[in-house]
Amino acid sequence: MDQCQGIVLFPSVHFAIKAEKLVRSEGFPAKLIPIPRHLSSDCGVGLRIPWKEKETIGRILAEASVRIEGIYPLEPKGAPGKTLS
Amino acid sequence: MIYLDNAATSFPKPPAVIAAMVRFQKEVGANAGRSGHRLSIEAGRILFETREGLARLFGIRDSSRVIFGMNATDALNLAIYGVLRAGDHVLTSSMEHNSVMRPLRNLEKAGLQITVLPCSPEGLLDPGDVSRNTRVNTRMCILNHASNVVGTIQPIAEVGRICREKGILFLLDAAQTAGALSFQMADACIDLLAFTGHKALWGPQGTGGLILGAEMDEGRISPIRQGGTGSRSEFEEQPDFLPDRLESGTPNGIGLAGLLAGLNFLQEKGVEEIRRHEMALADRLWRGLSEIPGVTLYGPPNPAHRVAVVSFTLENLSPSEVALRLDEEFGILCRSGLHCAPSAHRTIGTFPEGTVRLSPAYFNTPDEIDSAIQAVAHLAREKPWTNARV
Repeated sequence: MDQCQGIVLFPSVHFAIKAEKLVRSEGFPAKLIPIPRHLSSDCGVGLRIPWKEKETIGRILAEASVRIEGIYPLEPKGAPGKTLS
Repeated sequence: MIYLDNAATSFPKPPAVIAAMVRFQKEVGANAGRSGHRLSIEAGRILFETREGLARLFGIRDSSRVIFGMNATDALNLAIYGVLRAGDHVLTSSMEHNSVMRPLRNLEKAGLQITVLPCSPEGLLDPGDVSRNTRVNTRMCILNHASNVVGTIQPIAEVGRICREKGILFLLDAAQTAGALSFQMADACIDLLAFTGHKALWGPQGTGGLILGAEMDEGRISPIRQGGTGSRSEFEEQPDFLPDRLESGTPNGIGLAGLLAGLNFLQEKGVEEIRRHEMALADRLWRGLSEIPGVTLYGPPNPAHRVAVVSFTLENLSPSEVALRLDEEFGILCRSGLHCAPSAHRTIGTFPEGTVRLSPAYFNTPDEIDSAIQAVAHLAREKPWTNARV
């Protein structure tokens, strides 16, 4: 299942929590998880989402002025992730 | 015991506020925004919901513009030291608290120019004075929304409109009004709103903050503290986004959990309904005291022009004597003296002795107000020589 998941990164936890609330209220499964080391040296959390919904979720967040740093695929077992701009 | 010092700190708190703080410390307890585990996220959610509640209350869409701090004084210091520079000119009123006057007087030594606009003996500012005293270098106007001494509500909509027209930042000290009066930041063109959690928002002491209005360019305010934010940890520079840019160090999680419950209480009861109840008590108090010979009342008599603060003096006893005897002999708790606002007492003519201030709130009853009136009437009947008591 892991290859079907993506993670949204945010500048701060404020936006991460706002995003989780918003995305869930739109009916998508979303969960705050610690950011994998290979994506950021930051100590915060990101929002795990279904990878196939990344465009829709990205749009929802943009419309609500939620600042994001990017959406990345979640690789199984900590394999290096590919950057998606 | 009858507690009538709610203008200093509201007490007692709604039971839900205490329950939320106990729950936080027992079941959450973790550091918001620092770690990825479930308790950290739960703490983060509580902070987020508190920001959202405050943003909703004051009509702000983006709750990241709510910056938490210790209290209104802390928020005012951030706004004053974060924005003003040597050579700037500031307008303020003669009704300000020392939380405004002391930082300003300190900056004056470093080259800040200050104009203190005089208010009427009832504590009211003439908004026209803001226009008339604006200079090319006027950067900010700072106004106490309602006086902590006499409760006078200032005409903030007019002042805000003038500030916006003139391109001056409008900083509102809402220590007495956040939660007590229903108002939106945009309606009064408020750029910066300093609030405290421990008065009319029903939260605990140690909570408060500064809210940046939608029109306020966040680049115009610098942090006065830098430090850990849980974000951008790889960089040694402060993050450039809100709220982290202006908010460093572990937040008061337990306090903010209480503040969130206070906001919920406020929403449940309604700001207007609480005000109606409190002003009925304050008006009952005002009318009762006004019938006692030897009592002088201060501020506007019309309750629509005040928050629930009643200041008075007795002809025969000093304010400090009245406060002590109300406490010792009648179990009535109030505040006497200058209320950290010497300039306001000069304005209403009660410097340096000050006044006795009684400030009821939602949990007081008409019976308690009547007991306070009877107690003051009793003290007012005494001969002045009893004042010699040691």
